[in-house]
Amino acid sequence: MLAESGKLDRRELTRALLADRGDLAVIAGLGAPCWDITAVGDHKLNLPLWGGMGAAAMIGLGLAQAQPTRPVLVLTGDGEMLMGIGALATIAVKKPKNLAIVVQDNEHYGETGMQETATKYGVDLVAMAKGAGFKHTMFVTKPEEVPALRAAIHAGDGPFFAVAKIDAGSKKLVLPPRDGAAIQHRMREAILGDAAYHQL
Amino acid sequence: MDPNAIDKAPDAADAWPDQIYDLLKKHEIRQVCLVPDAGHSRLIKRCLADNEIIVTTLTTEEEGIALMQGAWLGGDKSVLLMQSSGVGNCINMLSLSHIHRCPMPMLVTMRGDFGEFNPAQVPMGNATQAVLEAMGTLVKRADTPEDIAPTVDAVIRMAFNTFRPAAALIGQRVIGAKTFGKD
Repeated sequence: MLAESGKLDRRELTRALLADRGDLAVIAGLGAPCWDITAVGDHKLNLPLWGGMGAAAMIGLGLAQAQPTRPVLVLTGDGEMLMGIGALATIAVKKPKNLAIVVQDNEHYGETGMQETATKYGVDLVAMAKGAGFKHTMFVTKPEEVPALRAAIHAGDGPFFAVAKIDAGSKKLVLPPRDGAAIQHRMREAILGDAAYHQL
Repeated sequence: MDPNAIDKAPDAADAWPDQIYDLLKKHEIRQVCLVPDAGHSRLIKRCLADNEIIVTTLTTEEEGIALMQGAWLGGDKSVLLMQSSGVGNCINMLSLSHIHRCPMPMLVTMRGDFGEFNPAQVPMGNATQAVLEAMGTLVKRADTPEDIAPTVDAVIRMAFNTFRPAAALIGQRVIGAKTFGKD
């Protein structure tokens, strides 16, 4: 699971986190997390974001509050999380037990030419989450820590926040469906059944 | 209301804040998200007192656009309450509604709109309708108290029936602008 850099391989990490996912719904932040969740197996309960940078955590909150018994994972990058960092305060106040946020932190903006993000200079997202009031957090750098990270996503004692330091190398592009209406509808149908098409 | 607060709230005798609350119940709105505004203060209190409504106070209004996307994914109908300055914080995020065809009703109390005292409210207040419409939002205005409930009702219907962002602008003429004795 380690790249040559000695850091976690983002795709192997994603594969481990989504193994035996059950009824886990996944919101993937703009960019590489979308390619990652698709590469390890496209799924009706995946919502890869083609836009709305900074939205992933708050989409997770809205979904977690609407479906309080279903585990919800927001898998995003450091740049995307930084853009919507105020969401940590909003979410910590609402305390959704079923929401987990995992930041795959490569310390760069991967889609725009690998410019450095603030985490490259020591900005500590876990400390920011703790400061907001997240009681359960993890900072993951080693493969042997990944099973506990996966377990925390399903534990239901959130809100949970983790940073996993990953290798900055980019992986093969595996694109999710690009029709946003279709990916919204398939998730709604998977959650709500036929009622998804008859909600007034 | 605090006489030292800079924004004006509706008078106790005004019926429209309670009418909006009744409309939220009629349309089975389950999540209400907001950045506070004095114009919505009574409505916010009523929502907070309602155990069937999840109220989420946001750090910035664009979080509300994202929250409405998530709520709809999970089958909840939601609305965003804000003042006109907050509309400026939502603009790029409104693309979510078009990407996914997600209903996104917004109830906006106007500042910088009619007799404004505070210079800082005017640029965004004057641009609110134009920038919402530039992002494909259906915009309907109410400038009299009796027009507010039908306008809010129409906006909620259009958002959920046609899968779009839709905004009701509640004109500053309804609430009035503070003048701080500079009449």
